[in-house]
Amino acid sequence: MAQRTLLEAINEGLRLEMAADDRVILLGEDIGREGGVFRVTEGLQACYGRERVMDTPIAESGIVGMAVGMAIADLRPIAEIQFMGFLYPAFDQIINHVGRMRNRSRGRFGCPLVIRVPYGGGIHPPEHHSESTEAMLVHMPGIQVVVPSTPYDAKGLLVSAIRSAEPIVFLEPKRIYRSVRQEIPDALYTVPIGRARVVREGTDVTLIGWGAMMQEVTQTAERLDRDGVAAEVIDLRTLSPLDIPTIITSVEKTGRAVVVHEAARTCGLGAELVAQINERALLSLEAPVQRVTGFDTIFPLPQLEKYYLPTVGAILDAVNHVMTF
Amino acid sequence: MVLDTHDPLKGEMVEMLAPDGTYTGPVEPPLDDAQVRRIYEDMMTLRIYDRKAVSLQRQGRFGTYAQMEGQEASLIVSTYPLQPQDWMVPTYRETGAMWRHGVPLKLLSLYWMGNEFGSHMPEGVRVLPMSIPVGSHPLHAVGLAYAGKYRRDNSIAITYFGDGATSEGDVHEAMNLAGVYQLPCVFFCQNNQYAISVPMREQTASATIAQKAVAYGFPGVLVDGNDVFAVYAAVHEAVERARRGEGPTLIEAYTYRMGAHTTADDPTKYRDHDEVAIWRERDPLRRVQVYLAARGQWSEDWEHELLESCTAVVEEAMNEAEAVSEPPPQDMFRYMYAEMTPALKEQEASLLSQLQKKD
Repeated sequence: MAQRTLLEAINEGLRLEMAADDRVILLGEDIGREGGVFRVTEGLQACYGRERVMDTPIAESGIVGMAVGMAIADLRPIAEIQFMGFLYPAFDQIINHVGRMRNRSRGRFGCPLVIRVPYGGGIHPPEHHSESTEAMLVHMPGIQVVVPSTPYDAKGLLVSAIRSAEPIVFLEPKRIYRSVRQEIPDALYTVPIGRARVVREGTDVTLIGWGAMMQEVTQTAERLDRDGVAAEVIDLRTLSPLDIPTIITSVEKTGRAVVVHEAARTCGLGAELVAQINERALLSLEAPVQRVTGFDTIFPLPQLEKYYLPTVGAILDAVNHVMTF
Repeated sequence: MVLDTHDPLKGEMVEMLAPDGTYTGPVEPPLDDAQVRRIYEDMMTLRIYDRKAVSLQRQGRFGTYAQMEGQEASLIVSTYPLQPQDWMVPTYRETGAMWRHGVPLKLLSLYWMGNEFGSHMPEGVRVLPMSIPVGSHPLHAVGLAYAGKYRRDNSIAITYFGDGATSEGDVHEAMNLAGVYQLPCVFFCQNNQYAISVPMREQTASATIAQKAVAYGFPGVLVDGNDVFAVYAAVHEAVERARRGEGPTLIEAYTYRMGAHTTADDPTKYRDHDEVAIWRERDPLRRVQVYLAARGQWSEDWEHELLESCTAVVEEAMNEAEAVSEPPPQDMFRYMYAEMTPALKEQEASLLSQLQKKD
């Protein structure tokens, strides 16, 4: 066991899985000599060479499209896209090929690849560097979307993603890359994809979140404790496929739910979660499910950043609304 | 060696068999008579297939279909230098090349009839399903070539695309990546003069497509795409270069689509009869026929035999494909993931219960 940040946990997962399986190849911009713009891949090129840790030209569609071919040839490519705003040039490959190759070939060619993408706001960057558009990916058939919020889950989910036969977009909450630490096992282990984690149990209200927002969500739950409200907290961890039973079981128990995401509100994943809860647990509800989200605006430059991301205060307001409805 | 002798920047085109059937190539032709006879037979099979496919589409037995007539030399001969371990990454106009690299005509027909199982390649056949979005698939060939180089398994990748695709960003990215990593990848561009309706001169200001290779740092060569010897010489050289680890090659096969873009297109809107007539004179089959006849390798009797046997091959494949029963609706859900997700299981059950109610 060792104390690891979320970033170190991902690095460790990559390093160990590369040692275990020589089909694992990393490709992306500045991931070799530089170790990636966030240093997630630091030291890996020195360890595994340029053939397995490829510094690529600046070509996001090229990176993902090339990974498709590598995956079909039974390699296990792991592409890094520097920021979620730069994933869009690769959407053509993701939507038109990554998510379709298995179906198109009726199971003959799978596309077992991982696309690692640091996502989300809060690091005071230029435009395009704060995106949280996971709902667009969740909407697309054929791919899966994973978002860890702890070092333990980051390493275990990453290893599962690499070993999975499915194509997986692995979203990394870059705001908490270095701020969250946790004791995790040194060896390889896996965390199952498709299962949410009940972070803490409670009986009064269900708080649902993922990624970096889990910080605000758990802080909110702690505050509520002091006010005598027992919140159950769910970290989705996998956004596609969604773990609906865990959510429904919880909402049936608490009768109230608040969904929190930093992504824009309209057609955000919160909308799907509200619909699922309404379809399956309407009669358990004591109040309409509330959403605490980012706005339907462009993510602002650093000066206005603090107004965009959901705060503990905003989540408390939503909880107050469902508690007093 | 045609890659060294024909400079695409000067517009030099590799030509060995003139449209009138006169052989102008090296003293020792790159293909012997037996090979040329075989190629002639393949091209004839493909032409019969193509015409029959259009006819079946008109009868509602094929879906929308992409025609190949006029491009038989490029499609057939480009596969001759390939080995079974080599990957082919085609578009929708490569039915003929896919067939020659191991995909049965029955399967290809099944695809055009609208059954995804037509893209379920037989085990050991290294051909990807046809890619419909223009120009995004050459990147897959680059990845396959990278895997071949990484494993040192002696495989190469060949990808096909049209003149229109060269305007797509992904084609640029693919050639750039292949050049940077010196990958065993052959880019085979069939310049059939039109991207649906837009002519080549409105697609690019480059005089040739082949010359674009110069900027990527690897050879490009322009060949008469209706000339079996020229196509063979260029592809053979490119494939052997790739196999030796010398990197990618871009080949521009200068040809012409005699038919429409697809059965949904009307080419009379954008090109005139005179132009089509000129290209009819450059027909790839007829010039091989004249070549073989001059060498005592062709006769009317053989032609009739071929017509009969090739037609039989095509009809058998199409009949077999038509005999395949329609897939069950569950197939929509079954192949989305290696393991079906709970949501898909639920949606599948919902569809099936809907269907049961209708029965």
